[in-house]
Amino acid sequence: MRRRLFAIIRKEFIHIFRDWRTLMIIILMPILMIVLYGYAITLDMRNIVFGVIDDARTTESRALIEAFSENGFFRPLHREIRRDDMEELFMRRDVHMVLVIPKTLSTDLITRRTATVQLIVDAGDSNVGTFVNNYAAQVLNIHNRRVNDTSPLLFTITPRIFYNPDMNSTHFFVPGLVALILMLISALLTSIAITREKETGTMEQILVSPVHAREIVLGKVLPYVFLGLINASLILISAWILFAVPVRGSLLLLGVLSLVYVFVALSFGLLISTVARTQLIAMFGTLMATILPTIMLSGFIFPIASMPDILQYFAQILPATYFLLIIRAIMLKGVGLAELWPEALILTGMGVLLLFAATRRFRMRLE
Amino acid sequence: MTPLISVDHFSKSYEEVRAVRDLTFEVNRGELFGLIGPDGAGKTTTMRTLVTLLRPDTGSVTVDGMDVRTRMKDIRAITGYMPQRFSLYPDLSVEQNIRFFADLFAVPREELPARMDRLYRFSRLEAFSRRLAGRLSGGMKQKLALSCTLIHDPVLLVLDEPTTGVDPVSRNEFWEILHELRAQGVTIVVSTPYMDEAMKCDRIVIMHDGASLAQGSPRDLVASMTVPMYALDDRDLVMNFSRIETVPGVRSVQSFGDSLHITSDGDILPERLQSAIGGALGRDVHLRPISPSLEDVFIALIEEGGVHVL
Repeated sequence: MRRRLFAIIRKEFIHIFRDWRTLMIIILMPILMIVLYGYAITLDMRNIVFGVIDDARTTESRALIEAFSENGFFRPLHREIRRDDMEELFMRRDVHMVLVIPKTLSTDLITRRTATVQLIVDAGDSNVGTFVNNYAAQVLNIHNRRVNDTSPLLFTITPRIFYNPDMNSTHFFVPGLVALILMLISALLTSIAITREKETGTMEQILVSPVHAREIVLGKVLPYVFLGLINASLILISAWILFAVPVRGSLLLLGVLSLVYVFVALSFGLLISTVARTQLIAMFGTLMATILPTIMLSGFIFPIASMPDILQYFAQILPATYFLLIIRAIMLKGVGLAELWPEALILTGMGVLLLFAATRRFRMRLE
Repeated sequence: MTPLISVDHFSKSYEEVRAVRDLTFEVNRGELFGLIGPDGAGKTTTMRTLVTLLRPDTGSVTVDGMDVRTRMKDIRAITGYMPQRFSLYPDLSVEQNIRFFADLFAVPREELPARMDRLYRFSRLEAFSRRLAGRLSGGMKQKLALSCTLIHDPVLLVLDEPTTGVDPVSRNEFWEILHELRAQGVTIVVSTPYMDEAMKCDRIVIMHDGASLAQGSPRDLVASMTVPMYALDDRDLVMNFSRIETVPGVRSVQSFGDSLHITSDGDILPERLQSAIGGALGRDVHLRPISPSLEDVFIALIEEGGVHVL
């Protein structure tokens, strides 16, 4: 078992290094892509969940909360939160914004005819941050006019933007690009690696040996995990150099979870190759199955929360959805495994499941 | 001794196409057995079934008493298979290819040097051991492919048209190697569209349109053709021999390169036939008596339907 597996791995490495043109494409294409795509795209959103710390608890404060809740943009978190919980709620993405109403709201309104409320906005997604901020300003404007249409500026907003204080959109898109490029390249690598052998007839030759499906499948995945790791590092380094995207969390954790994600993508590519007969079909299928869903549905550009229900369910089965949460959280928020373990676990499970399915589907005969 | 391979009323279809129809034959141990026939005769389908790459639709196919449907791994372990197309890794060197297959078949490491020496001796590939397989000539590629299928000392060797597209010198050399292997006790099943190669087999089955037309030793098959045959060397007639076919006493006419092969119905004297044909053409012709070749047998079989010789 181990000897046959190592033989296939060794052979695969020879293929990789002898074909230096393909190797250069594999290494340079991601860098090219990140340069080309590393620009912002605008977006729109709804259903922004916000929490409230209401220290006033007066008619006026309730009216203000109501003003936020009654339109389609904001949805209140239906429970009390404490100041100490706020950080954790942001980390877990339970809220995107917290509205802090001071004790003196009602008295200030009466005595000074103006009052200050605080908005704390999660800008881990910089675009989300911008939009939340703008929407909130509008809601307050409307509320001001309703409360007192002679004095349009009753409240003053002092926003404090967390995690991406410059509202730099590349900080938001670059992690997404890493997720997209890693998925695309990795899945392509394995789906082509097997269909190529089907096309050249070498698969027919090695099948007529005591080799097992699991040895072929594993032997194809493991060398490319190595290649995927090189890819991931190069992408992250170029993101750092070109766009100054920070990595606030653990670099090691980011590396390990990127590897898990690469493993998922490689296994997915293998599954495609068990269905596809030719390299062309495999390539086309992989492009269709990775690029579009990853761009449109994983939260890469459009927030999942504002999608129709059915697409939200679909987003749940995309590996990129989980990796995006992980990589943004680690790079921008500095979040650790303590918060990210559910996503890490789901990704690992997906990888194992896909690899198992690829092994089961792998045909040991020509029919 | 029981035969090594037993194919019994085997049929196989791909969607609409019936690739093999009701094929029955046996291959004895130590025999060099040929599947003879043109493209599309069902040779490749039969061979792929022998090495468990395909499953029979109906009928049974067994190798060393093991059913190809159920004993896939066991049959693969004792079989060497060389597909029709060159199927090694062109970007691996000669030695890397051989070692890769040695690992796949779990050849004991301590035996590997001796086996590689032996394979290098007959293939004469040692001087090229570091050359990439993709850069070998056609004949050397085939010898490398054969070496890779022999590395695990198979009991049965299945070779699908190993000499198609190989130069005549390399073809002869390849067949010499096959005879050496047979002398060492390896059972060999080989397919070929070439009748001269068929003559080098111990026994053959002649296939056409997925069915067996005849089987037996090639010499017996040729001897079974008892009717007299003549060659008519005339380049101008090769494309236009319909006038000869209608001459009384002529059973069939086939073009063979620059000459025609004429089969008489046996009752007519050669001189009478010659003058009758000359009369039909309006000029003198010369008929040369020939002994039929396997190709003549094959054509006669296709025209008449199957005859069985054992």
